[in-house]
Amino acid sequence: MQVSKEEILHIANLAMLDLNENEIEKYRENLNDILDFSETIKNAHTEDLDVTIGANEAKNIFRKDEVKKFEDTESLLQNAPSQAQNMFKIPKVIQ
Amino acid sequence: MNKITDLTVHELIEKLANKELTITEITQAYIDRINEKEKDVKAFITPLTDEALEKAKEIQAKVEAGELNGAFAGIPIGIKDNLCTKGVKTTCASKMLENFVSPYSATIVENIEKENIINLGKLNMDEFAMGSSTENSYFAKTRNPWNLNKVPGGSSGGSAAAVAANLVPWALGSDTGGSIRQPASLCGVVGLKPTYGLVSRFGLVAFASSLDQIGPITKDVKDAAMLLNLIAGHDEKDTTSVDVEKKDYVQALKNDVKGLKIAVPKEFFGEGINEEVKASLEKAIEKYKELGAEVEEVSLDIAKYALATYYIIACAEASSNLGRFDGIRYGYRAPEAKDLKEIFKKSRSEGFGPEVKRRIILGTYVLSSGYYDAYYKKAQQARTLVMKEFNKVFENYDVILTPTSPVTAFDIGSKSENPLEMYLADICTVSVNIAGLPGISIPCGVDSEGLPIGMQLIGNKFQEETILNAAYTYEQATNFRNTYKPEFKGGAN
Repeated sequence: MQVSKEEILHIANLAMLDLNENEIEKYRENLNDILDFSETIKNAHTEDLDVTIGANEAKNIFRKDEVKKFEDTESLLQNAPSQAQNMFKIPKVIQ
Repeated sequence: MNKITDLTVHELIEKLANKELTITEITQAYIDRINEKEKDVKAFITPLTDEALEKAKEIQAKVEAGELNGAFAGIPIGIKDNLCTKGVKTTCASKMLENFVSPYSATIVENIEKENIINLGKLNMDEFAMGSSTENSYFAKTRNPWNLNKVPGGSSGGSAAAVAANLVPWALGSDTGGSIRQPASLCGVVGLKPTYGLVSRFGLVAFASSLDQIGPITKDVKDAAMLLNLIAGHDEKDTTSVDVEKKDYVQALKNDVKGLKIAVPKEFFGEGINEEVKASLEKAIEKYKELGAEVEEVSLDIAKYALATYYIIACAEASSNLGRFDGIRYGYRAPEAKDLKEIFKKSRSEGFGPEVKRRIILGTYVLSSGYYDAYYKKAQQARTLVMKEFNKVFENYDVILTPTSPVTAFDIGSKSENPLEMYLADICTVSVNIAGLPGISIPCGVDSEGLPIGMQLIGNKFQEETILNAAYTYEQATNFRNTYKPEFKGGAN
């Protein structure tokens, strides 16, 4: 398994990460090592087996869709990197 | 009398009840201990010693006035820093959340606050719980109290080191692939990962949601059973928490394993397991036989693919869970970002550390078009297989016994440049998370360097009482805590 530099850049872009040249090379090597190791998963005889998505029995949990208001907006907004007039502030989106 | 900070929580409770100790004396003793040892161990991210003392005085006054009772009132605790605590920073040991103050508390934090248990501080960990040595913390490297040049394990390394060094009487950790049991093993304390769904995850910062569980790290098995009593239970805020009958895990400690059927899977004692670890486990097996348990060797041939299965599933889920960190509503925002996309990219690139980025990249890769079937789907099928293999063993046995970690505590820095080698530290623990089973690590000896060795006992789903009783019975017959103590060797480098 050989992951190319282009593939790393593609994946980083999907994951919204900027990587410098050193990181690209390091993560390319790491990913190759880990994927090589992950070939061991081919030892698992999984023919005809269903996929498992969680540790418990998959069943739907239903509840009434009731709005519960979280009153403490101050404690929510105190974590915002930038805020104004009780709202999150971001750079202009539409030019 | 032992020093106050040497006592277990059940001993503290007894002394409070007999009026041999007061609540403020206990908290003060821990503060003194933290002042003496924290500079060597570095277990805390946010110590809360002043707040704890104030709280202790308040609780003490209420108890004296007869306004408050309850066995746990005034007992201190340490909390891993990925558990949300209202009004106190929850950093996940990340630059991303360096200044994050949660607007609410985790359900289990509310549970322990209802008991008037006092929070002594938030404990160090690998960033976002990704790691096996606590070296991936943005803030500091926690040191192992048995030898300060060694890692405490991870990711709950701060919790395990704090309990081992008597900086807190007990602590809460979280375990996604071994993050409670492996550091408990490396620090010579008890660590329990409950069955998936027994404890609410509401307010635990998510790493891999189908694997994460919260659990106790304690000085002995009885304390672990007591803390599990406080945190187990259904929570409507976590739909994966299971509505099962409440049990009293302390009542389950019978100090008797006669007739208990223990399986020893030979594949967990093969290649890569240190000889001294193996020898120590073999002695423990003999002890169980002496105590009347029926021990048999079995085959559980999952080790060779379980680790790959784990890293594929855990990283896939992590890459999705960590998508929420965008620099908008909370967390780090890169100061020079000009537009929205730059905010996302720069904030994430500057806010996450190297291991977190590595796992996001691996997770994104295995979920990306063209690789999904070969890796992610295959891993989910392998997960089914791991569960089936465990079920087969539990048809005939009550408990599965393995090492917790293939090696004892390793040197700080010795594996941090080789991610794959670090991942191998989890080889004995990850399959338990994949199958959603309960597992406990208890100390069973030391190696030639005096470093603790841990034994893992795995139970069937919701059979915590079985592994707790098995661990308790061994502990009572061997008494590791009175034989070996951490000596804070080395350090100052």
